[in-house]
Amino acid sequence: MTPGSVRLGRPPVVLLVPALVGSALLVVPLVSLVLDTPWAGFWGQLTSSAVLEALRLTLVASLSTVGLCIVLGTPLAWLLSRTSFPGRALLRALVLVPLVLPPVVAGVALITALGRTGLVGHLLYQWWGITIPYTTTAVVISHTFVALPFYVLSVEGSLGSVGDQFDTVAASLGADRWTTFRRVTLPLVVPGIVAGAALAWARSLGEFGATITFAGNYPGTTQTMPSKIYTALQDDPGVARTLSMILLVASIGVLVGLRSRWLSTS
Amino acid sequence: MAEHIVSGLRATISVRGRLEAELTAEPGETAAVIGPNGAGKSTLLAALAGLVACTASVTVSGRSWSDPPRPVRQRDVGLVFQDQRLFPHLSALDNVAFGPRARGVARGEAERRARAWLDRFGIADLEARRPGTLSGGQAQRVALSRALVLDPALLLLDEPFGGLDVGVATTLRIELARHLRAFAGVTVLVTHDAIDVLTLADRVVVLDAGRVVQTGTPLEVAARPRSEHVARLVGLNVLREGTRFVAFSPTVVTVSLREPDGSARRRWPGVIAHAAPHGESVRLLVNGEHDLLADVTLASTVELGLVPGRDVWLSVKESAVDTYAEGA
Repeated sequence: MTPGSVRLGRPPVVLLVPALVGSALLVVPLVSLVLDTPWAGFWGQLTSSAVLEALRLTLVASLSTVGLCIVLGTPLAWLLSRTSFPGRALLRALVLVPLVLPPVVAGVALITALGRTGLVGHLLYQWWGITIPYTTTAVVISHTFVALPFYVLSVEGSLGSVGDQFDTVAASLGADRWTTFRRVTLPLVVPGIVAGAALAWARSLGEFGATITFAGNYPGTTQTMPSKIYTALQDDPGVARTLSMILLVASIGVLVGLRSRWLSTS
Repeated sequence: MAEHIVSGLRATISVRGRLEAELTAEPGETAAVIGPNGAGKSTLLAALAGLVACTASVTVSGRSWSDPPRPVRQRDVGLVFQDQRLFPHLSALDNVAFGPRARGVARGEAERRARAWLDRFGIADLEARRPGTLSGGQAQRVALSRALVLDPALLLLDEPFGGLDVGVATTLRIELARHLRAFAGVTVLVTHDAIDVLTLADRVVVLDAGRVVQTGTPLEVAARPRSEHVARLVGLNVLREGTRFVAFSPTVVTVSLREPDGSARRRWPGVIAHAAPHGESVRLLVNGEHDLLADVTLASTVELGLVPGRDVWLSVKESAVDTYAEGA
């Protein structure tokens, strides 16, 4: 018991009961997943070719997503935080839409943009014969679509808290904006980049709705772990639980990694 | 019209609603800018550095910085802030070498120049340290080195000793005075401290509510202040009488409990607002028609019961006041 509860008396039942029900709702499924995982055949299932295939694809897709987020998202966050141009507020709002967009809608939107008859997709097909949907590229694009806003938000927050005072000093010392970005701004927002990358990675690991809509569910090319779990649940629940266990461990890994930054209560 | 070469600093700056000021200084001179909070001192520095939008005519060493407006990067300025703003991820040496590197000097040469400045400020042994591990005085020496290593045409110091311990500030002030004597460019120093003005400045510009209310040498301004702010800064009482000012020291003010019946023509009733030790005497702040300072001995403080809230009369002899015209 904390000293506060000793001084102020017992927590009232009307608050205690909903709090306990809420905790149970969050904790019980995790516990039951651990209990229900077929640990005996765990290693065998983990190393089965279908599982390894999905695992490999998930790793490739999530790491590519993180890479794309860093390469595209860092300049985007910089643009939103360090420059002023007409429509900046609008762009910022649009960048954040995928945060609240239902993933299936994201998938449909990606088809309308990059599908073979889509706004950009039909040009890609006409000019270079490139088709994006139902390829691993489509997986990475849909993951980036949903993960990028998390990354941008994190880095933009970091840029905001560092402020532009050091940019001003660098400019007064003769540095142009690229030098300033490279030597001053970027090193100072590394914590935001790391946190953003972890968030983007976690978001990518779990991506299902947009991926299955835009990229489909083909083993070896577009079937990532969540898609594999969804398929396996219908014919082999044991495999589904094993894969779920792996994703749970990975998610907790991200949480532990971020703990010191965001979850400390002090 | 043939352009004639102007050396030093000639600036006329207008920031809408905040500042209308003129500032001139000869090469090698230090101009101190003083004034109450919100008078526009920092805005003036920011405008000279090109950091705020303003209508300005700024000429430094014969080159116009305002026509067309030069971005801060192309102004030859050194900026030093009260909070230093050292790059936290770079060592002291890399902080100082940053400017030369950004201007295209090779790494080895940039570091050699940086090291020379750290050495001049006596902190060469700290070159590998990060700013977070330096004391306030050490960090300010690094910041001064970082600004001076580029040998700027215009050195802008924004309260460089603010926030330092008194002893540290005193030592650093003496060091800076030595470097400024050897500095060929113009220095503009924003400060709150009369000692800075008297030890470092060749001329003083007093700002109040965005306008210049007085300019002159430090001794002129200290002896005949034309604003309440400077009067307080130098510890003088200054009254405006029509177009003239009357100045007198707190030490010549007589404090009594009843209206004085002597020859003193200048006498004011008031209430003691504040009393604090000042050297060997006690300095009273008395609120009345004017807010005035009066120094009394500790003995009379006790004898007369001079505590805050007490009604008193202040008077000064005519022979003890200095009267001067507005424009003098």
